[in-house]
Amino acid sequence: MIWRAIALVLGLYAPAYAEEIKVAPDTIEARAEGCATCHGASGEGTVDLNFPRIAGKPSGYLFNQLKNFRDGHRSYPPMNYLLAYMHDDYLRELADYFSSQPPRQQSTLEPSMPTDEAGRLLATRGDSKRGIPACVLCHGTRLTGIEPGIPGLIGLSSRYIAAQLVSWRVGTRHASHPDCMHDVAARLSEAQIHAVSSWLAAQPLPVQAGPAAHGAWTPVLACGSQP
Amino acid sequence: MKARSVLLLTAALILTRSAMALEPTTDRPPLNGNMPRGEYLARVGDCVACHTQHGGAAFAGGFAMPTPFGTLYSPNITPDKATGIGTWSATQFYQMLHTGRSRDGTLLYPAMPFPAYTKISRADSDAIFSYLQSLNPVHLANRENELRFPYNNRSLMYGWRLLYFTEATFAPTAGRSAQFNRGAYLVEGLGHCASCHSTINALGGSGDDSAFAGGLIPLQNWYAPSLTSNQESGLGSWSIADIAALLKDGTSKRGAVYGPMAAVTHNSLQYLTDADATSIAVYLKSLLELKPAVAKPVANDIPPTVLALGQSIYADRCASCHRTDGTGMPPAYPPLAGNPSIEMDVSVNPLRMVLNGGYPPQTSENQRPYGMPPFAQVLSDDEVAAVVTYIRVSWGNLGALVTAREANAMRLAPLLD
Repeated sequence: MIWRAIALVLGLYAPAYAEEIKVAPDTIEARAEGCATCHGASGEGTVDLNFPRIAGKPSGYLFNQLKNFRDGHRSYPPMNYLLAYMHDDYLRELADYFSSQPPRQQSTLEPSMPTDEAGRLLATRGDSKRGIPACVLCHGTRLTGIEPGIPGLIGLSSRYIAAQLVSWRVGTRHASHPDCMHDVAARLSEAQIHAVSSWLAAQPLPVQAGPAAHGAWTPVLACGSQP
Repeated sequence: MKARSVLLLTAALILTRSAMALEPTTDRPPLNGNMPRGEYLARVGDCVACHTQHGGAAFAGGFAMPTPFGTLYSPNITPDKATGIGTWSATQFYQMLHTGRSRDGTLLYPAMPFPAYTKISRADSDAIFSYLQSLNPVHLANRENELRFPYNNRSLMYGWRLLYFTEATFAPTAGRSAQFNRGAYLVEGLGHCASCHSTINALGGSGDDSAFAGGLIPLQNWYAPSLTSNQESGLGSWSIADIAALLKDGTSKRGAVYGPMAAVTHNSLQYLTDADATSIAVYLKSLLELKPAVAKPVANDIPPTVLALGQSIYADRCASCHRTDGTGMPPAYPPLAGNPSIEMDVSVNPLRMVLNGGYPPQTSENQRPYGMPPFAQVLSDDEVAAVVTYIRVSWGNLGALVTAREANAMRLAPLLD
């Protein structure tokens, strides 16, 4: 008995004990394991840059995406399939969990791409001739988004950002009406999509990498996903 | 030739992607109890799954059911007078369920499971009819089926009916308990379980001997296991409580629902009363008394390199949840050892679980489901085949080798409509 107690204190029983645990941890982390192979265990992203980091994105934004995937407003069959039978309360819990995780730069894994001035100008000034507002007018000067519905645009891979802009344009991704990103993406040329996504991916995450609080500024467009 | 066409048609029509239809989700999973009888019976019959198109009004039809012979569209069964069943009588509704003929005499295609619904009692039919008549009428015209020649000729159904349809009323088995007979009524009739869980024979029919013998669901590429073979459903070793929990809660100590069965629990079975879930479990378990278990040879022709690769992937990717010894952490992470879903001759289900992952439906007893991630994007065909082979032959499991080609074929399987 005493030897067992000593062994326990020394941790010698630990491996054997661990093997006895047959109950899954009653945590949201364990329940979110289904997301890990693509998005990383805590949403930090993986080496596969097609799958975005979701850690630290605004909770309302993540919830909207989960709901849109479930209801088919955003089309990506693996996500549509995984979420098909989840209700709003659970989607909200998953969104809150990933939102609370620290954001990390995902795009550093990407081979650096030459970024030209056009991308920077588009993000910071827009293109008035084509009626394209600057990204910073809604996503913030730090480009880290704003609670609850507008996501940050940096610390992501260029191919993910470009794919989303194309999805909006072709109608496989929708947001609540008015779907302002559809209107913006529809006006972007191929070259502009390439330029702005490369420039965004090349920007380092600021120290304050999370989204700004609701009301920190008023986005220039009225969008259905931002109350 | 013509007869053959009839039979092939059946294979395509009797089983459709119907089970994958989506009931709109809401803020929380529904709580059971206090549901009016007609609504409850419509739930058990899963009418909503086929009679609702994605994003459309419930029961207003228009749901596309693709088959190799063309596409069928389900009709509007809301009480709209012009486009729905607003001018039908309860008797006409019962006659349709019972005989497989519509009010105007049209022969129904067996995508409508009238071979099972024929056993629904008149009283239950009336209750369902009253419920449907109480819905808000939705004005939505039925869409013409798009079957190609010669399958668009409904008279082919005469031949099919001659071979595979018998009008019947449910007859309780004497000497069996009321619970058994209630389960039999629900499984054979309203629940129409045989629509998926039966073998479609080489001629495209499913005779009495193949009832509940399992079947590959055409176009979906999921396999509905036999309910009469211990090597497939394995229900003989399950407790009544575990079977009932699987159906109603979507999860149990022995396994979770996945693929089209997740849709069935979501749309239908989660609404079962505990008494009905238990009755179904009692009856399903009894089906195993019909056939003796056949000893299966142990697979011993697995190349050691495949096993070694499978084992290393398992240790790396699977063991943290399903454990090194394959016992899992039920009900969150199902056991793989002794899990018949994995050992079955048809390997599509374990292949698809590894490729696509999946979450069981959120139900009142499983409010925060655990789920399996997809591995299609991180494992090669060789790796998927190796790890599935490994779990099929480890811990006493009696499955067989799976090839990379088989794994690759499942990458193209549709995930949802």
